[in-house]
Amino acid sequence: MGDAARSTAAASRPGLLFEGSEWNFETLERTYDAIADIALHDLGLDVYPNQIEIISSDQMLEAYCSIGMPLMYQHWSFGKRFVSEEQAYRKGYQGLAYEIVINSNPCISYHMEENSMTMQALVMAHAAFGHNHFFKNNHLFQQWTDAEGILDYLNFAKGYIAKCEERHGIDAVEEILDAAHALMDQGIFRHPRHPRPNLRAQMEQERERQEHAERNFNDLWRTLPRQEDKTGETDDGPDVCARKKKLRLPEENLLYFLEKNSPNLETWEREILRIVRNVAQYFYPQRQTKVMNEGCATFVHYYIMNKLFDEGRITEGALLETLHSHSNVVFQPGFDDPRFSGINPYALGFAMMQDIKRICVEPDEEDREWFPAIAGNGDWRGTLRHAWANYRDESFIQQFLSPRLMRKFRLFQLTDDTEESHYEVARIHNEGGYEKLRKALMLSFDAGSVDPTIEVIDVDLRGDRQLVLQHKVRDGVPLDENQRNQVLAQVRRLWGYGVRLEGVDAKSGASQYESVAKAVSTAA
Amino acid sequence: MARLVDRRLNPKGKSLGNRQRFMRRARAQIKEAVNKAIQNRGITDEPVGEQITIPSKGIREPRFHHAADKGKRERLLPGNKDFLPGDLIPKPQGGGGGGQGKQASNSGEGEDDFSFTLTADEFLNVFFEDLELPDLVKTSLKEVTAFKPHRAGYSTSGTTTNINVVRTMTHSFGRRLALRRPKQAEIEALETQMKVLRDSEQPLSLSTQQQLVELEAQLEALERRRRLVAFIDPIDIRYNRFEHIPQPKTKAVMFCLMDVSGSMGAREKDLAKRFFLLLHLFLKQRYKKIDVVFIRHTHQAQEVDEETFFYSRESGGTVVSTALVEMQRVIAERYPASEWNIYAAQASDGDNIGDDTARCTALLQEELLPLCQYYAYVEILDARELELFQNTKNGKALWRGYRSVADTCANFAMKRIAQPGDIYPVFRELFAKPGKAA
Repeated sequence: MGDAARSTAAASRPGLLFEGSEWNFETLERTYDAIADIALHDLGLDVYPNQIEIISSDQMLEAYCSIGMPLMYQHWSFGKRFVSEEQAYRKGYQGLAYEIVINSNPCISYHMEENSMTMQALVMAHAAFGHNHFFKNNHLFQQWTDAEGILDYLNFAKGYIAKCEERHGIDAVEEILDAAHALMDQGIFRHPRHPRPNLRAQMEQERERQEHAERNFNDLWRTLPRQEDKTGETDDGPDVCARKKKLRLPEENLLYFLEKNSPNLETWEREILRIVRNVAQYFYPQRQTKVMNEGCATFVHYYIMNKLFDEGRITEGALLETLHSHSNVVFQPGFDDPRFSGINPYALGFAMMQDIKRICVEPDEEDREWFPAIAGNGDWRGTLRHAWANYRDESFIQQFLSPRLMRKFRLFQLTDDTEESHYEVARIHNEGGYEKLRKALMLSFDAGSVDPTIEVIDVDLRGDRQLVLQHKVRDGVPLDENQRNQVLAQVRRLWGYGVRLEGVDAKSGASQYESVAKAVSTAA
Repeated sequence: MARLVDRRLNPKGKSLGNRQRFMRRARAQIKEAVNKAIQNRGITDEPVGEQITIPSKGIREPRFHHAADKGKRERLLPGNKDFLPGDLIPKPQGGGGGGQGKQASNSGEGEDDFSFTLTADEFLNVFFEDLELPDLVKTSLKEVTAFKPHRAGYSTSGTTTNINVVRTMTHSFGRRLALRRPKQAEIEALETQMKVLRDSEQPLSLSTQQQLVELEAQLEALERRRRLVAFIDPIDIRYNRFEHIPQPKTKAVMFCLMDVSGSMGAREKDLAKRFFLLLHLFLKQRYKKIDVVFIRHTHQAQEVDEETFFYSRESGGTVVSTALVEMQRVIAERYPASEWNIYAAQASDGDNIGDDTARCTALLQEELLPLCQYYAYVEILDARELELFQNTKNGKALWRGYRSVADTCANFAMKRIAQPGDIYPVFRELFAKPGKAA
């Protein structure tokens, strides 16, 4: 009671936003305004309007498991995640994320009611300002996501899928969703060949689009050359090239290709594929900017909370609590620490933002040599905002990772060749190694290198209508065989005929493997 | 700039739909896990949730992933201590690797088993599914208390069946009095007066006409007042009020009798266990205190604990009456019928020694059944045998003997079972009459 009374009544020091750990809506608003003041006027951030939702830990668990979206269509895989997360949470194996924030306009962030007031302030600074600014200003998000339309679109998707279940049965819809989910990583456009999605327009023009697509598809299959014309056909013949051109091959977005060209899908099944790939597309930039996004939000919360303390608006206790939580979040265990599970994007991102700030304000000789464009320019705010807007993880690392940080993290590169019995230390954080080390780290964040490259390269329209996929194998790393075959079966389900996956070496083009999901012969 | 929204009161369980879908998907595995759990649980155990581990066969989510065990990779690691470029580090034998973390089990690769927890409700549901209980019974088994309505005064709201006419009319009368609603008699008097005046000498004199006009005005006023003040107003209505009183719970004792000679194998004992479990669950809803007594017999009977009852093997002949005698003894010693509701459940495979059946029948009819609320008997057969013995009149010796008891006593039920779905009908009588248990 004492805490609550203190936080609402006049604070013991004038200017204190809150004291103690109890929070109420009045305190939240007052604190929000103070944070907004620093964010907008000091840091110069540009954010969507915020909608802050207070939820219980049970609701946080639910939000967590339907991939963080407040509205999502139903699927058993979310249920599976839910039961597993719930178990882990209740056993105390893991804490819940203390923040979930949605890339939308208005920007929705969830706060757990169990958090102390200090944590609420921290989360506000982190999510409602840090992440919000990043979502609004980063070029990848601007290009690939439609923040205005996403919530309505998800609402539409949920309703549409529920209707399909009523009309066609839960099993039929589950089958399509399972297949679509299996291909979700290959259901995105990575290269800006296609215009930015306008989800609202997509919803409205649904029927018109379907009819048009069906017409297109009929054209394609109608103009199959007749069986008698089989003679003289080679792989590079003019007919083949024309066909490939018409189908716009090679196509990296498998779901898109299947949606537009599969001969056997119903209209509602195509719409479901479209829904799944739109959702995948929406989340794609988040994978490519994890380090920057988290770094930005962590930097923002760190700066704001410290500034609030300097201005006498929060107590020492609150600052200590912030620092405690903050240092847990940016902790990077070494490779031989049992807690190690990879490079912590919060740790790397935050360290780089702090580093950039330092380079702008107090560079040393090494900094001037490595970063002539920004060293000593005095405008760390502008520099950071520029970086947040115009880079993605790989280019950010390539451009801004300093030798000092590489030394601080004691980064080293290990070559792991399964053919060999030893690991080899390729390079470390020393004079000759910085450039190449940075390049290697950059590559490890490049989604293009990390995700398998699988494209549709041909459709044997004249023969058995087999769909041909190609996997470019880099450095001898094949696909996990078991899962590969299962996914191919899903592709076959969506295509309706046989599917062949060829693995070729990315550099030499030599064939590495071949895997076929034969057409299922239908009983007469 | 910011909207603060309090969603804490929003209906919870949004993930219920997803969780149910997941359960549906993994149904076969969940059923199997529940079956195994039943075998390990005691009869008297509280129905709680159960930790389930299922192989992830039907619930994997395959993706195109890079394989972990082939090819060349560059790993970027922090925390270098004293490595130099060119150093060679031997790989650890089996597993391990360059310190990369373990794959999460729900990504579908690597880990085989997926584990989660069923709630008590879900556990019971799966258990009931097997037994093919009718839905009404399922809900009543899950219910906590039974209630009985008792009259408790009056209320201003209720349903039309409960209107108390006398009180309603009393209130209505009081209101009419207070608001001075004109009585029918007044109006009639006025009307007669007017009639008299009208019928008096023609033509009407001026004074008569004036009187008439006055009377008309009075009449109109009265009639208007009668219309405004209703005869019965909703405000008058009174209903009888009922209060729900929980049924008084008393004590029950459940006797489990089982033939444990060599002919009862694991399958038979499993079926018997489900049979006992169902009766126990039923009793739990009705009674605060339930005692369970386990009596096993071969050619001798003993009271034992649950563990021994189910898991130890005995060898010997089969004399069923010994169990009944033992039951009698225990009742006499510890459970006077005046204080305890006695239920009994007997499971056997139907064999009995020569002339013992007559003794059993006598014991049941004369001594035990008068004391018992309900006695259920199941004969556990092979599926094949079940087909042979379709006709319920024929059967093994014990069966035929008990048949005669069933014909005479209403609180005795018997059935042949070969699988869990056959068990429930034995209890149909019992479940059909909830009042009987009180």
